[in-house]
Amino acid sequence: MAEELLLTQAETVEEQPNSTILEIRNLNFSYGDNLALKNINMDIYRNRITALIGPSGCGKSTFLRCLNRMNDLIPGTRVEGEVFLNGKNIYDKDIDPVRLRRSVGMVFQQPNPFPKSIYENVAYGPKMFGVRNRLALREIAEKSLQQAALWEEVDGRLQTGALSLSGGQQQRLCIARTIAVEPEIILMDEPASALDPIATMKIEELMRHLAETYTIVIVTHNMQQASRVSDYTAFFMVDENRSGYMVEYGKTQDIFIQPQNKQTEDYISGRFG
Amino acid sequence: MIGYTRRQARTDITRKAVLEAAGDNILKETVKGHLFTGFCVVATLFGIVSLAALLVYVFWDAVGWLDWQFVTSTPSRFAEKAGVYPMIVGSIFVVALVAAFSLPLGVGAAVWLEEYSRDNWLKRGIEMNIANLAGVPSIVYGLLGLGFFVSTLGIPHGIVLVGAFTLTLRVLPIVIVSSQEAIRAVPTSHRHASLGLGTTRWQMIRTVVLPQSIPGIMTGTILALANAMGETAPLIMIGAATSIFTAPKGIFSSFSALPLQIYAWSDFPKQEFQHGVTPAAIIVLLIILLSMNGIAIYIRHRFRTKKTK
Amino acid sequence: MLEKGRAIPPFLFIRNSFVISCCRKMKVNQQNDSLAKRPGRYLGENTMKGIFTACALLSIITTAGIILVLIFDAAEFFRNVSIFQFLTHTRWSPTIKPTEFGVLPLISGTLTFTFCTALIALPVGLLAAIYLSEYAGDRVRSIIKPALEVLAGIPTVVYGYFALVYITPLLRRIFPGISTFNVLSASIVVAIMIIPTVASISEDAMRAVPNSLRLAGYGLGVTKFQVSTTIVLPAALSGIVSSFILGISRAIGETMAVTIAGGNLSRIVNPLKPAEAFLEPIQTMTAAMVEIGTSDVTGDSVAYKSLFAIGLTLFLLTLVLNIISQFIKSRYREKYE
Repeated sequence: MAEELLLTQAETVEEQPNSTILEIRNLNFSYGDNLALKNINMDIYRNRITALIGPSGCGKSTFLRCLNRMNDLIPGTRVEGEVFLNGKNIYDKDIDPVRLRRSVGMVFQQPNPFPKSIYENVAYGPKMFGVRNRLALREIAEKSLQQAALWEEVDGRLQTGALSLSGGQQQRLCIARTIAVEPEIILMDEPASALDPIATMKIEELMRHLAETYTIVIVTHNMQQASRVSDYTAFFMVDENRSGYMVEYGKTQDIFIQPQNKQTEDYISGRFG
Repeated sequence: MIGYTRRQARTDITRKAVLEAAGDNILKETVKGHLFTGFCVVATLFGIVSLAALLVYVFWDAVGWLDWQFVTSTPSRFAEKAGVYPMIVGSIFVVALVAAFSLPLGVGAAVWLEEYSRDNWLKRGIEMNIANLAGVPSIVYGLLGLGFFVSTLGIPHGIVLVGAFTLTLRVLPIVIVSSQEAIRAVPTSHRHASLGLGTTRWQMIRTVVLPQSIPGIMTGTILALANAMGETAPLIMIGAATSIFTAPKGIFSSFSALPLQIYAWSDFPKQEFQHGVTPAAIIVLLIILLSMNGIAIYIRHRFRTKKTK
Repeated sequence: MLEKGRAIPPFLFIRNSFVISCCRKMKVNQQNDSLAKRPGRYLGENTMKGIFTACALLSIITTAGIILVLIFDAAEFFRNVSIFQFLTHTRWSPTIKPTEFGVLPLISGTLTFTFCTALIALPVGLLAAIYLSEYAGDRVRSIIKPALEVLAGIPTVVYGYFALVYITPLLRRIFPGISTFNVLSASIVVAIMIIPTVASISEDAMRAVPNSLRLAGYGLGVTKFQVSTTIVLPAALSGIVSSFILGISRAIGETMAVTIAGGNLSRIVNPLKPAEAFLEPIQTMTAAMVEIGTSDVTGDSVAYKSLFAIGLTLFLLTLVLNIISQFIKSRYREKYE
C-alpha cells in the first residue's frame, strides 16, 4: 500500500496571519518586597517561537514562570496585572493552576527526567490524568518520542532507565514528556544551556518542528540562538531598583537588524551583557 | 522536516481524543489529595496525642501518691507505706558509673575514628560494627553481662558494678556516634591552624578539637545516659533484684533500679498499686529523665548561641 | 624608621645591637636543635594513639564477646537438648515438667507481635514522614520533630505499663472478649515508640529527593498528592525500606512492653484466626528470656542454658535484618542525576 506523504510546509511568518494566544497586560511581580518585574505588556502569537533575551538577573525566567503560575509554588510572591490565555485571565480566582499547567507546559534548564524508565517518563503525564488503556499510553509515548526526535534512539529499550541517556537525550526526553500531555504552549527556560553544541543544535532543530503544533516561548542568554530560532524576540533589562522591564519586542529580524531602542542595540552588538 | 504518513496523522488525532476521553480527573485528584493530607496529619499526631493522653492518665493517677514520703521510703506490700528511695539511689548510682566508664571509652573511640584512623577497611569495619551494636536488642547485652562478667569473670551477680559494666556496653555505641558528630563539627581550618604552628596531633586534639566538641559530646552522652536510666531487661539478666529494701552502699552492693521496681509492681493487681503507687514511681522516673533531657538541651542551646556570637 | 644618612642616637644603637645579637643567639640555638626528631617527644604521642586505638577496638571486642558468649553457652545447651528438638518441637516449657524446649512457639509469638506492631507503625510512620517532608512548613516541623523524639525516649517499661493498665481497658470497649494480656495493646504502644524511627529516616530520604523532580511534576499539571506519591515516594524508596527494616528489627528486640502486657503464654499462633492471634496472650523470645531470668533456675541447669540458645536466635535475627538494612541503604542509594 502506497503511503502518501503529507508534507507539512514550513509556512513563513509573513504568509500566515498571527493569532494571539497569550496577552500579558501590566504584569508586575514581586518576591516579597522586591519588585522583580515591572509593567510587562506583550502578546504571544500562536505557533510562533518567541524568544526572551537580556542580561542575567533581569527576570526572564521569573516572567516565564508567571505564564504557567509556577511562581505560585514559591511562598511570599505577589502578582499584579493580567495574563490572558485564549481570552481568559489565568490569575482569576476560579482558574485552577493544575489545569493551567496542563495547557502550558515547561522544559527546564537542567534536564530533570524522573528516575524511572524512558517509557514511564513519557507516559507519566497521561497516566496521572487518568488514561488507563495500556495501548493508548504506548501510542502516546511513541508519538511523543517521535515528535521529540528521540524515538529512533530509544526504540527497543523503552524500559531502560531514563538516567542512562546522555544530557541531550535526557532533555529531548523531557520535551517528549511535556508534549505527551498535549499542551498548547511550551515554555522553555534555557533548554540548551546545559548541553554541548551538537545536542544544542538538535534541540534547536526540534523547536522549529514543534512550533508547527505548539506555541513556544524560550528564555535564552544566547543571542545567536535567539536570532537563529525565534520568530519574535523580547528584550528585557533591569533598572536601578533591580526590577525587570521589557525594553523592546518585535519580529526577530527587526530587533536584530533595526532595533528601535538604543539599549537593545547596545546589548545586541555586545557592548554589554 | 518531519514527514507524516496518513496513518500517523490519524493517530495524532487519537492522542488528543484519548486525553480528553480520560475525563477531567482534576477534581477527583484534588479530593483524593485532601483526604490524603488529612490521613497524613492524623498519622503525624497519632503518636503525640496518644502519648499525651497516656501521660495525663498516669499523672492523674499519681497525684496524691507522689509525695516526699514516697520518695524516701522503701518498697512495701502495703501501698501507703511503699516508696522508691532505694531504687532512686540505685538508678542514679549505676548511671553515674556508666557515665564515668562510657565517657572516656566512647570519646576515646570517637577520637580514634575521627582523628587518627585512615579511611581504610579497618575504620569502615569498626564503624559498621558500631552501627550493628546499636541495633542489638538490649536484652542480649544482659546475656553478655551474665555470660561474661558474672560467669566467666566471676563477679557476683546483681551488684552495682556488673550493672554498670553491662549498661556501659549498651550505651557505648550511642556515645561514640554522637561524639564523632561533635568532633566532626570542629572546622578543619582550626586543626590546620594548630598543626601549622607545630603542635603534635595529641596536643592539637587536647587543645583545639576536644574543647570545642565538649558541648556536643555532653549532649549526646546525657541523652545516652537517659536511655540507660530506662533500661530494664539487661539488669534483669545480670541478676539485679526487682525489688530491694536497702540502698546500695558501694559498687559491690546489690541494687535495684526504678524501672525494675516498676516492672515488679506492674504485677500487683491491687487498685492502690495499679492506679496509685506504680504511676507515682513512673512519674519519678519520668521527672528524672525530663531533667536529664532538659540539661542536655540547655547545654546544646547555650553553646550554640555562644558560638554564633 | 632609619633614614639613610641620619645619625642614630647612641642609646638606640646599643639597644638595637643588643636585640640583634639576641636574635642571632636564638637562631644559632635553633640551628643547633635542628629539625631532627627528639627521642622522648613522640613517646607521649604514641601512647595516646595507642589508648585511643584500644578504645576503638573495644567495640570489636564487645561484638566478639557477644558472639562468643552466645555460641559457647548455647553450645552447652545443645549438648543436652538436640537442635532438632529446639527447632521443630511446638512446646516451650523450660521449668514446668514435662520440660520441653521447642522454640517454635516463641518464634511464632515474636513474629505475631512484630507483625501487629509493624502493621501500625510502618504506615503511620511513613504518612507522618510524607507530611513532614512535603507538606509541613519549617515552623511546624521544628515543633513536631522534637515532639516525635519524645515518643522514642519513654522507657519501654513505662510503655508496657501503659498498655496493661490504660490501653487494654480501652480496647475492651471495642473488643469485649479481649483478654487482660494480649498482643494488640503491647503492639500499639511499641508502635508508638517506633514511629519516630520510621518517620525520621523516611523523611530524610524524601527530603533528599532533588526539588527539580517535583518541579517537573508540577510543570506537567499534576497535583501535589500525585507528586508526593508517584515521584517523591518511589525516588526515596530505598531509604524508606531501610527505615521499615530498622523499625521491624526494634520490634523484634523489644522486651519489657511485651513481657508486661503480652503475658507469658507460649503458643503457636494460627494465622487464619486474627482475633485469636491478636487478642490473646503471647510469649515472645524476649519475654521467655525474662521469664527464665526471673525464675530461680540454677546456673548449671538446662533451663538456664536455654536462655542463651534463644538469645543466639534473637541476635542472629536482628543482625541479619540490620545488615540487610545497611545493604539496601548503600547499594540502592538513588542516583537522581
